[in-house]
Amino acid sequence: MNAQPRKTYDAGVKDYRATYWEPNYTVKDTDVLAVFKVIPQAGVSREEAAAAVAAESSTGTWTTVWTDLLTDLDHYKGRAYRVEDVPGHDEAFYAFIAYPADLFEEGSVVNVFTSLVGNVFGFKAVRSLRLEDVRFPIWFVKTCFGPPHGIQVERDKMDKYGRPLLGCTIKPKLGLSAKNYGRAVYECLRGGLDFTKDDENVNSQPFMRWRDRFLFCQEAITKSEAETGERKGHYMNVTAPTVEDMFKRAEFAKELGTPIIMSDYITLGWAAHNSLSKWCRENGMLLHVHRAMHAVIDRNPNHGINFRVLAKLLRLLGGDHLHSGTVVGKLEGDRAATLGWIDLLRDRFVAEDRERGIFFDQDWGSMPGVFPVASGGIHVWHMPALVSIFGNDSVLQFGGGTLGHPWGNAAGAAANRVALEACVQARNEGRQLEKEGKDILTKAAQHSPELKVAMETWKEIKFEFDTVDKLDVQHR
Amino acid sequence: MSTVQDYPSRLSTPESRKMGTFSYLPPMDDGEIRKQVEWIVKHGWNPAIEHTEPEFAGATYWYMWKLPMFGESDVDAILAELKACHDANPGHHVRLIGYDNFTQSQGANMVVYRGAAV
Repeated sequence: MNAQPRKTYDAGVKDYRATYWEPNYTVKDTDVLAVFKVIPQAGVSREEAAAAVAAESSTGTWTTVWTDLLTDLDHYKGRAYRVEDVPGHDEAFYAFIAYPADLFEEGSVVNVFTSLVGNVFGFKAVRSLRLEDVRFPIWFVKTCFGPPHGIQVERDKMDKYGRPLLGCTIKPKLGLSAKNYGRAVYECLRGGLDFTKDDENVNSQPFMRWRDRFLFCQEAITKSEAETGERKGHYMNVTAPTVEDMFKRAEFAKELGTPIIMSDYITLGWAAHNSLSKWCRENGMLLHVHRAMHAVIDRNPNHGINFRVLAKLLRLLGGDHLHSGTVVGKLEGDRAATLGWIDLLRDRFVAEDRERGIFFDQDWGSMPGVFPVASGGIHVWHMPALVSIFGNDSVLQFGGGTLGHPWGNAAGAAANRVALEACVQARNEGRQLEKEGKDILTKAAQHSPELKVAMETWKEIKFEFDTVDKLDVQHR
Repeated sequence: MSTVQDYPSRLSTPESRKMGTFSYLPPMDDGEIRKQVEWIVKHGWNPAIEHTEPEFAGATYWYMWKLPMFGESDVDAILAELKACHDANPGHHVRLIGYDNFTQSQGANMVVYRGAAV
C-alpha cells in the first residue's frame, strides 16, 4: 500500500493561492469549467484573487479548519488554473476555474449555481465579479432534463417548416378584459401568425383572471385554425405565486387542448421551472420561456452573470423557446454575442469562439435545441435583417409591430407573414437580405395592401442607442 | 393615412385556408419554383413529394408519392416528378419537402400545386 502524504493541522489564515492556484493543472473532461471577469481590490494580486474566487465558490472558507483534514481536499476543491487579460480593460482580468465533478449533484442546475455564483459574489477580496461562461461536462448535460420537446418536435407538432415562426405579444400588456384580450389574439392568429403570447407579467390579475383568459384564448385558437387551416397557439402564462397554482393552471391549459404554455424562468425560480419543464414533456405541452429580470443580472459588464450562461442553464433546465434579444429593435443586444448564445441554444456542439464571447467548447450530447425568440421593438422593416441573423430556427415576435397596424391586428399579422415569406423566398433564391431588403419588401407589398401600409407606418422608426454590455474585444 | 380596409378571411370562404410556408405569397411561376428546388439540392436535403385531396389537407400524413428521392440532385428530375404526381392526381394539393436527415426535420416544405380550396 502506498502511504498517503502526511498533513498536519496548522490553524490560521493562509493565502488562498497556496491551496487554490494551480497554473499547471490539466483540465479534466469531467470538470465543470468557469470563467469569471474579476476586478480585485487594490493590492490583491491576480493569482490571489483568482484563487480566492475558486476557494469561495467551492470548498474553501476564510480560515483553515481542522475538518479539512478529514477529507481529501485535493479531490474536491475548485482550482484557478489560468488568468488572462481582458481586452480593453486595465483593471479586470479573466480567471479560469475548474471544479471537479464530485462537487455537484447530478442534474441540478440549482446546485451548480448555488456554488458558482453563491457567496463568492459578495466576497470582499474582489471589487466586482462576473461569470462570463461555464463549460458543462457531458455527464452533467446528460443528467439534466433539457427542453421538453425541442425544435424538431415542435416543428412536427405545429406543422411548420422552412421558415422562422411568427408571433406577437398582446398589448396593452395589462388592463384588458379576458374577452377583449381574446379578440386581440384571434385577430392576430387569423391574420397569419403562428403564435400569440401573454406578456411576462400577465398572470391572474383582478382585471383578467387566468381561467377566463385561457378559455377565451383557446376559442380564438380554435376558430383561427378552422379559418386558416393552419395550426396555432397562444403562450398561456402559467407563472403563479405558488408551484401548486402554477400546476393548476398548466393542467387546465392541457384540459383545453392548447399546444403551448409559458413561464418566466428567473422570477419563477429554477426548481419550479425545472418541475414545469418535466411536466410539459410528460403532458405533451410545448414550453415558451420568458427571461424577465435577466437584465438585472446580465447587463452590467463588470458584475453579475453573462446572459450566455443564463441561456445555457435554461437549455439544461428545459424550455422550447427562450427570449434571446433581437440585435435590432428597442432592447439591448450586441450582435456577435447574441449570435453566440443563439447557437448555444440550438446546436449540438458549439466550439470556443472568443469573437462571439464563447470561452469553451460545449458539447450538448443528445439534448434537444431551444428556439431563440427575437421580441421587442421590431417591425416589418427589420424582417430582412432578422431572417438573415436568426435563420429558420427562431421565433420572431412583433408586438407593436403587429397590433399597431392602422388596419388592426389581422392586417398587421398578414403584413408580417407576407414580409417573412418574401424574405425566406428571396434568401432561398440566393439574394442578400440585408442589402436588398427594401427591394424585396417593396415587391412583396405590390400583392399585399396590408404590407404596403405597414411599410408606410413604420418606415421612420429607428433605435440607435448604443449597447451598454459589449463584448470585450477592444484590442490594444 | 389610407382608409381602413377589412381583412377578408372567412370560415365560409375556402380561399381563406392557407397551406404553410409561401401560402401568403402569390403562386410562384416555374422559374421561382425551380429556385426553391435548387435551394433543397444545394443543402443536400432529400427531396420528397406528397399529395392529398384538399378536404383532408389538415392531416399530418398526406399520400407519399413513391419514395423520397434520396440523393437526387437533378433539378429537372425533381420538377418532372412533381409534374408526374400532379398529372396522376389532378385536383390534389401537391407539396415538395426537403428532408434534412441531420436535424431529422424538414428543411423545406412548400405546396407547389394547389387544388381547389374546400
